[in-house]
Amino acid sequence: MEILGLYHYWVFAILLMTGFYAVIAKLNLVKKLIGLSLFQAAVFLLYITMGKVDGGTAPIFSDAANAVFSNPLPQVLILTAIVVGISTTALGLGIVVRIKEEYGSIEEDEIQEIDRR
Amino acid sequence: MNAEATILLALTLPLAGAVGIALAGRVSPNLREAVTLVTAAGLAVAVWSLLPVVMAGGRPGVTVTELLPGVEIAFSVEPLGMLFAALASGLWIVNSLYSIGYMRGNNEQHQTRFYVMFAISLAATMGVAFAGNLFTLFVFYEALTLSTYPLVSHKGDEKTVRSARVYLGILLTTSIGLFLPAIIWTYTVVGSGDFTPGGIIEGNIDGPAIGLLLGLFVFGIGKAAVMPVQRWLPAAMVAPTPVSALLHAVAVVKAGVFTVTKVIVYIFGVDFLLAAPSSDWLLYAAAFTIIAASVVALRQQNLKRLLAYSTIAQLSYVVMAAAVLKPLAEIGAALHMVAHAFGKITLFFAAGAIYVAAHKTEIHQLRGIGWRMPITMTAFTIGALSMIGVPPTGGFVSKWYILAGAFAAENYVALFTIILSTVLNAAYFLPIIYMAWFMPETEAAAATHGEAPWPAVLALAITAMLTIAFFFFHGAALELGRQVVENLS
Amino acid sequence: MNGLAQHLPALQVVVPMLVAAFVVLLRPRGLAWAACTVASVLAFGIAVELTQVVLGAGPVTYLMGSWPAPYGIELRVDALSALLLLVVTGASVFALVSGRQSLDAQIEVERQPYFFAAWLLALAGLSGIVVAADAFNIFVFMEISSLASYVLIAGGPDRRALPSVFKYLIMGTIGATFYLIGVGLIYMMTGTLNLADMEFRIHAVAEQNPILAAAGFITVGLALKAAIFPLHVWLPNAYTYAPHMATAFLAACSTKVSLYVLLRFDFFVFQENLAGHAFQFAAYLMPLALLGILVGSAVAMFEKNVKRMLAFSSVAQIGYMMLGASLVTVAGLTAGIVHIFNHALAKGTLFLAVAAFAMVAAGVRLDDLRGIARRMPWTFGAFIVAGLSLIGIPGTAGFVSKWYLISAAMELGPAGLPLVAVILISSLMAVVYIWRIVEVACFAKAADEGTSAVSVSPALITIMWFAALANIYFGLVPELPLTLSGAAAAELLDHLP
Repeated sequence: MEILGLYHYWVFAILLMTGFYAVIAKLNLVKKLIGLSLFQAAVFLLYITMGKVDGGTAPIFSDAANAVFSNPLPQVLILTAIVVGISTTALGLGIVVRIKEEYGSIEEDEIQEIDRR
Repeated sequence: MNAEATILLALTLPLAGAVGIALAGRVSPNLREAVTLVTAAGLAVAVWSLLPVVMAGGRPGVTVTELLPGVEIAFSVEPLGMLFAALASGLWIVNSLYSIGYMRGNNEQHQTRFYVMFAISLAATMGVAFAGNLFTLFVFYEALTLSTYPLVSHKGDEKTVRSARVYLGILLTTSIGLFLPAIIWTYTVVGSGDFTPGGIIEGNIDGPAIGLLLGLFVFGIGKAAVMPVQRWLPAAMVAPTPVSALLHAVAVVKAGVFTVTKVIVYIFGVDFLLAAPSSDWLLYAAAFTIIAASVVALRQQNLKRLLAYSTIAQLSYVVMAAAVLKPLAEIGAALHMVAHAFGKITLFFAAGAIYVAAHKTEIHQLRGIGWRMPITMTAFTIGALSMIGVPPTGGFVSKWYILAGAFAAENYVALFTIILSTVLNAAYFLPIIYMAWFMPETEAAAATHGEAPWPAVLALAITAMLTIAFFFFHGAALELGRQVVENLS
Repeated sequence: MNGLAQHLPALQVVVPMLVAAFVVLLRPRGLAWAACTVASVLAFGIAVELTQVVLGAGPVTYLMGSWPAPYGIELRVDALSALLLLVVTGASVFALVSGRQSLDAQIEVERQPYFFAAWLLALAGLSGIVVAADAFNIFVFMEISSLASYVLIAGGPDRRALPSVFKYLIMGTIGATFYLIGVGLIYMMTGTLNLADMEFRIHAVAEQNPILAAAGFITVGLALKAAIFPLHVWLPNAYTYAPHMATAFLAACSTKVSLYVLLRFDFFVFQENLAGHAFQFAAYLMPLALLGILVGSAVAMFEKNVKRMLAFSSVAQIGYMMLGASLVTVAGLTAGIVHIFNHALAKGTLFLAVAAFAMVAAGVRLDDLRGIARRMPWTFGAFIVAGLSLIGIPGTAGFVSKWYLISAAMELGPAGLPLVAVILISSLMAVVYIWRIVEVACFAKAADEGTSAVSVSPALITIMWFAALANIYFGLVPELPLTLSGAAAAELLDHLP
């Protein structure tokens, strides 16, 4: 029961490792960035799920008495982290464009080959 | 000027002189040479003015700065350091005179750089001589290594650079790899590294650790050229001869044995070491170096390399004498520092003069050269006799004291080594003397040449006379040596 | 402190950040550089002022918007932060003031406003990491500085910088994300992000798995950013192909700041709370530090590109800092922390000299530097002084750290002997790789004597010599860095049980 109850952690772990695998194993630079995004998304998931309160609703002020809210702080943290993630991805993609301009390829092994010459 | 200020002057004067030499070098060579001589004379005056103070029992000292807690840059003049400083500063004047003759006679390049680095090296030597604690000594010891590198690599061609690499490599490896940890170990267990009569180690280390620490010191002080860290000395012979003469007969090598002696007397303490069985190996290491180096010298054909191996052996005389751990032997060690300096510098001066005048470097080329260069070869003969230890040369005096100390300690190893090495010294020096005076000239010796330029000849004449004078007038050195060992059993 | 002075911790970050936004608009040539330099100098001034306050009165706390901690965002400047602020802002000032000519030569004119804006953002980010007192802000500033650094590294003319910076981006982001996971796990268990509060609350939950996992994630993430062996692989190429002044700035400070965060977490948050963490910290990190020292120095000995050689040397030097920290004694920590300062001085000077060489020689490979000592004697002199500091010759700043490190290792008794041996061997390896350059520069015949008509700007030579002499000054009068390091070490150890 315990294990099934922690399903969100399992999802987190699987997403994390999938993203990580893509980063390491894929040779195409854009695929690496996709993996990186997946990797970061897993972390977002971790934060959000940890903030969920049983029976809690979105943390927006309401006049209802005894309203139960989910923890707003992780959600705020993740907004920041998402922005950071977007900036990183944008920058990464920009670098990929420049690499394509300079090297004519976005496969890691081909780039290393060109540099070796 | 009081003693403390004089100590600082002794350090800063050569540095100021270096700047002066660099500036004067742009104006004219004669001005530059004049600045060098004036600086050397000024340094000698400053240093010798401390002599009466020390002889009377004074031990002036000055602390400059505390670098780290418990670690200071401090200077303190004691008899051994006084002896060394007086020796080095006095001989710098003579060596500068010689350099003028040699460098100009050989048309050497980059002469200004040469004189500048020489002055800096002398400043470092003064720092070593007057160091009041291990850390200060280490700072100037390293400075001496670095400042002599440009002098050793002066010629700049590939062979020289490779030899200079060996020089620097061995000296830095030993100092950083062995000497530095020994110093830090001392500071860690004792709390300070001050040179104190009677030593500071007692009570803080015992057992085999003593022998180990001694080993780190002796082999870490690579400038003392105890085997197996002696390779740098023959490698340094690629330097111009004035460098070999002053630095590798006097300043650098004496800094090495001086440091070893200081460590034995003022860090370990002679009585303490005598009682510690784990330090016995030092005597055997020194004895081995003496014999081995003398044997290798026998087989050398290049004059400077022969003199280099002779130096290695003579340096270990000092180390062995210090290791005998008896007052008479310690005095002998101090005297030998002076006697060997006078004799060896004469020999190197002569070797350089022969190179300048005749472009000869190998021993077999020296047949009959005595008649072409009588003053030079007379000086050479005197220097060689001093190495062998024949009266009336200075070498006899120091050998006498070392032998006396060895007798007093009933140290038959030392006695045997000295006797054997004397025979070996004769074996490699006498043939040269015989060849020079009693064999006819051969081959291209037909090219007529006379003596080297007069400043060089004058210099070697002076040092030859000093070698003989030391036999008669060694009172001051004896007094200083005696003061080092007073209060010892 | 009153008036503007009381806001100094916040200003330390805000000044560069605001000026960065402004710099983007400065199109006229040289204006962007000037604005960037002015902002750096201001930031350095703030750092000096903060250091004086910390030395006099102790740590400075600042609450953003006056919201009380732990609900609000707290900034805190103590001795360790002050030392790092000096290093970061100092490196920036040195590189900028001396680097105008070099940067002008390497960065295209249209891109300069963006480049200098990125420089200021990196400065703001690095300063922010050092003054922040809560874990998440550290993450945010860490990413700001990293992203800006990526731009800086990719800004030069060498196209090989692009794959290098891509690798750095990937590895750096993974590192930051690991750190984020760790912080998240701690937040989950303690409910707070403020470091001081965390230290207090973590007692109750110290033995549970999430905290242990968090410790692991945070350590690995920061080790990636700090280029601790074997996670250093991004560093050599990134530093080699970056514009020379960017390398001078980043090499002096960027990895050290991540090391700072690692020290904070391990000593403030974890040490007190996890049984055996002290041992684990030492047991895992010390061998890695030793390997880093040996491998870094060894590879440097064989490198043909001078910048990459110095980069591997940096990996070794970071190993020294980690070694000192992993000893967990006052002496060891002082040694590691003071080396942050001394290494920045030495490496910064070396890279400034390399930048000067690069302007005159054809490149920065060993072969390009043949005989360069004759053409550029002043630059070469500064290079030698800094090289001696790197080796650790007495009288230079590098010697002070080495002395402390060896003393700290000797305090361990016989167990410390392998450490001492590693330190000494790596010093000798440093002699080898520095002296290779000396030999080639002094004695080798130049390929083409005096073809380049470029003369190095006096600003570069002056600053370079100023930095070189600073190496000697702090080698003989090391009071300032030692006082700060000693205070920092005492504080860090204070938090241990």
